[in-house]
Amino acid sequence: MNETPLLSVRNLSLGVQRKGRATTVIVDDISFDVAEGERFGIVGESGSGKSLTLRAIANLLPAGVKVLSGSIAYRGQDLQTMPAKARRGLAGQEIAMIFQEPMTALNPVMRVGEQIAESPRRNLGLSKSAAMDLAIDMMRKTGIADPAHRARAYPHELSGGLRQRIMIAMALSCSPRLLLCDEPTTALDVTVQLQVLRLLEQLCEDTETALVFVTHDLGVVNQTCRELGVMYAGEIVERGRVKDVFADPRHPYTKGLLDSAPDFDQPDRELIAIPGFPPNLADRPDGCPFQPRCSFAVDRCATARPRLAPVLPGREAACFETARIFQGVTA
Amino acid sequence: MTDVTAQPEVTGQQAVLRVANISKEYQLGHGLFSRFGGAQKTSLKALDGVDLELRRGEVLALVGESGSGKSTLAKILVGALNPTAGDIHELGLADGAGRRERARRVQMVFQDPYSSLNPRISVGSMLAGLLRLHRVVPPGEVRAESIRLLNRVGLQEDALSAYPSQFSGGQRQRLAIARALAVRPDVLVADEPVSALDVSVQATILELFRSLQDELGLSILFVAHNLAVVQHLSQRVAVMYLGRIVETADTAEIFSNPRHPYTRALIDSIPRMSADSVTDQFEVEGEPPSPINVPSGCRFHPRCPIAVDRCRTEDPALSPVGPGHASACLLAGDLPAYRGGPELKEEQ
Repeated sequence: MNETPLLSVRNLSLGVQRKGRATTVIVDDISFDVAEGERFGIVGESGSGKSLTLRAIANLLPAGVKVLSGSIAYRGQDLQTMPAKARRGLAGQEIAMIFQEPMTALNPVMRVGEQIAESPRRNLGLSKSAAMDLAIDMMRKTGIADPAHRARAYPHELSGGLRQRIMIAMALSCSPRLLLCDEPTTALDVTVQLQVLRLLEQLCEDTETALVFVTHDLGVVNQTCRELGVMYAGEIVERGRVKDVFADPRHPYTKGLLDSAPDFDQPDRELIAIPGFPPNLADRPDGCPFQPRCSFAVDRCATARPRLAPVLPGREAACFETARIFQGVTA
Repeated sequence: MTDVTAQPEVTGQQAVLRVANISKEYQLGHGLFSRFGGAQKTSLKALDGVDLELRRGEVLALVGESGSGKSTLAKILVGALNPTAGDIHELGLADGAGRRERARRVQMVFQDPYSSLNPRISVGSMLAGLLRLHRVVPPGEVRAESIRLLNRVGLQEDALSAYPSQFSGGQRQRLAIARALAVRPDVLVADEPVSALDVSVQATILELFRSLQDELGLSILFVAHNLAVVQHLSQRVAVMYLGRIVETADTAEIFSNPRHPYTRALIDSIPRMSADSVTDQFEVEGEPPSPINVPSGCRFHPRCPIAVDRCRTEDPALSPVGPGHASACLLAGDLPAYRGGPELKEEQ
């Protein structure tokens, strides 16, 4: 049991292939494991490939984007080679997903109670009334007042925070072992964001559900996750425990990200932006993708590609010059 | 409703813009069905008696959650909306100044740099059009002035012939700022100008705003929901809740000694990057109520963890609680000492 992680992503590459054109690689050779009950955060900026990685795990890649190579294994079973029917069986029961914008992820013409009950009916074989009871119970667990009444509402009748709670209730209705979250609180107000994060944390703790949490907000990942992968231009450039990475980043991009983000607990720290722009993925540089923007870069960085390698116990970074990036911003 | 005299005294600094008792109401229920059904009219009070003063050369942050009225207030300040009631005093504006002069003086930068620039007008003609309309410089100097503006916001001359689609999000926000600066305004109203940008780009735009304040002496009203950003950029903060300002103070003061439970809740909700999550009694439940149905008494009382009976009936006005510090809470004087402020790292 302990030998096989719950989720194991190995050398996964995603990209767009078009006839007569070169393949555009969007996610490039990433690997990570998520253990049972683990909370793994993926941070990165727009275009870093963090959401696509999550969608690949959920088998929800947008049309045109394909798995180019590598494997995604759930409890040791490769999701790519699994028969479609078996894979559908995992959805909801084993793996569930929460999206950023609950208004577009919910069916606007179906009562929310029925939407929550749909998956238990199909996956657990519950009767209509038993599934509805479960739905109402799930709504109660997510802190919705008067759930029996609210179950009859349509999504547009609910506030953003309530809709996100409905999404959570829906995702957790069949007690999945792995919950995929794509920026679940980005569209919410801060006071509501705190409530939703606490709720997710508590529900996952109660049921020992593992979490893969994609966000661009460094504060949110610090509050939700234990382990962290930092993505840049489709690669994981640093991995380790959140607190360790934040205190002592070992990749120049991670350091740049932490230096540029305002930290409420360090009001007088000067914000240092990362110069330049992320590379055009259709025209990926030969060496390290961060090299053109990196203040630590040496000649070798422009030609050879650094791979994720251990730099400290429990920490990996993809950088040739990682030894020079000691004592990060928050120390 | 709110007592104008309760505003904290201006301490030596001159105001450039002052609004008094501003309200904005929208009538609802004018739809087809209600017209036939004769349903009673309801109104949505986006702003309910707001007093605010922007001082020369300061960055004033307006914070609050969705529905608090912060964007409505910003739009009223630039003249894009007319208030239902209340006065706008533009101080230092010559008597009899026309609409164009008024519009020139207060400029706006919007949240989304993808939708706030016309995709079919090149950067050069966008700037030239403004410079000519407001006769900012003689016609012969329009090009030179455009280049100067681009350089001011960190862009190069070659941007003149380009179209907005050729720029990244951060660069577009620079263009939007150059457009606002073209007419040499006194006041910049920026509505969430960095919330659509990536963190690493955000820092450069915040730095640009700071340099505009330092070098051009611009007064900036900065509408934001990210308190860490607000703390880095602004000198003063006004917190809004359901169409009212509930607390104003200097930035350092409001974050270390908040005197309104809602402000405390906001600070405690910040997902902290270095500190562990703050556990304080000021975690609020529920969501902001709809401005169609404002609670009686203090509008925050249904979510307030320390509300007493009085709060359900009495509507507190914004009143001074310290030098330059005002709070609209009946219990402002009795709040327990605050422990959730920035964890300053001196001890380490």
